[in-house]
Amino acid sequence: MDGFASYLNMGGHGGFIWSAYGMVFIVLLGLWLISRRYVRLSKAQLDHLDQKRPHRQESQTDET
Amino acid sequence: MIFHKYANPTRFLKLASLIQPWAAAATVLLFLSGLYFALLASPGDYQQGETVRIMYIHVPAAWMAMFCYTAMAVAAAVGLIWKHPVADLAARATAPIGACFTFLALFTGSLWGKPMWGTWWVWDARLTSVLILFFLYLGYMALANAFDDPARGSKASAILALVGVVNVPVIKFSVDWWNTLHQPASVVKMSGPAIHPSMLIPLILMALAFKAYYIWVLLIRMRAEINEGKIRSLRLRQVHAGQPPDAAGDKITQAVN
Repeated sequence: MDGFASYLNMGGHGGFIWSAYGMVFIVLLGLWLISRRYVRLSKAQLDHLDQKRPHRQESQTDET
Repeated sequence: MIFHKYANPTRFLKLASLIQPWAAAATVLLFLSGLYFALLASPGDYQQGETVRIMYIHVPAAWMAMFCYTAMAVAAAVGLIWKHPVADLAARATAPIGACFTFLALFTGSLWGKPMWGTWWVWDARLTSVLILFFLYLGYMALANAFDDPARGSKASAILALVGVVNVPVIKFSVDWWNTLHQPASVVKMSGPAIHPSMLIPLILMALAFKAYYIWVLLIRMRAEINEGKIRSLRLRQVHAGQPPDAAGDKITQAVN
């Protein structure tokens, strides 16, 4: 256990090192999650609009 | 010509769906192996001790900050000159990723600077030029989204990206041109890397992990940008057809911005 604690301590600089790695983890994971949400929401909106299109096309066909 | 072939978003989406799972797998594998070497299998530095481990995230983030800006400027130029629609989208999709890498380079650099230099921040050439790069990314994103017509936004932001690209060589050579606390290049230099393989391996693995992550998230964001373009044209058609425009799209834009 002492070995693990001294590993985390990183020669007295653990706070700096783990904060740096932690921020990289948070930012990269966060950007990935936001981007995935962006593509999912835009796809849902596109599908929603696409569902409306056949009715409009049918009505256009009827008109012609 | 392949360059023009992928100006068609539908054709591009087919290619993107082929590459995306490989980029995701490469990101996970490279990060796992890179972190193993960076945090467990590599030695401490004889001068810097364990803080050298910050290098394995700081240097790749800084490399990617410059790479993304260059890629964004090239894509913006292609969009501006040849009216290549997918290139415009690539530039827009790259900006937030590059901004994140730049923020991480500044943040991890600050955490490395405190124990090694005794200060979180110093207004020297390298640090200041990277901070300017971060503001250039923010300015690009603000300008690209400042117009109702996305084509006008792309054009204005492309010009900003091209003017700002002069900052990239300034960042790279700032440590040679001016006196600075920041150390000079150790890996990319004419005489070859001045770094032991035990430290070079985790550095290269982490750099490749960051690159794979960029490709992965870039493709995700480009898909979203293509969807947004299709939504915009469908809503325009609704307006031209005399139907009330669907307001749901606004919610999406608000949710992700």
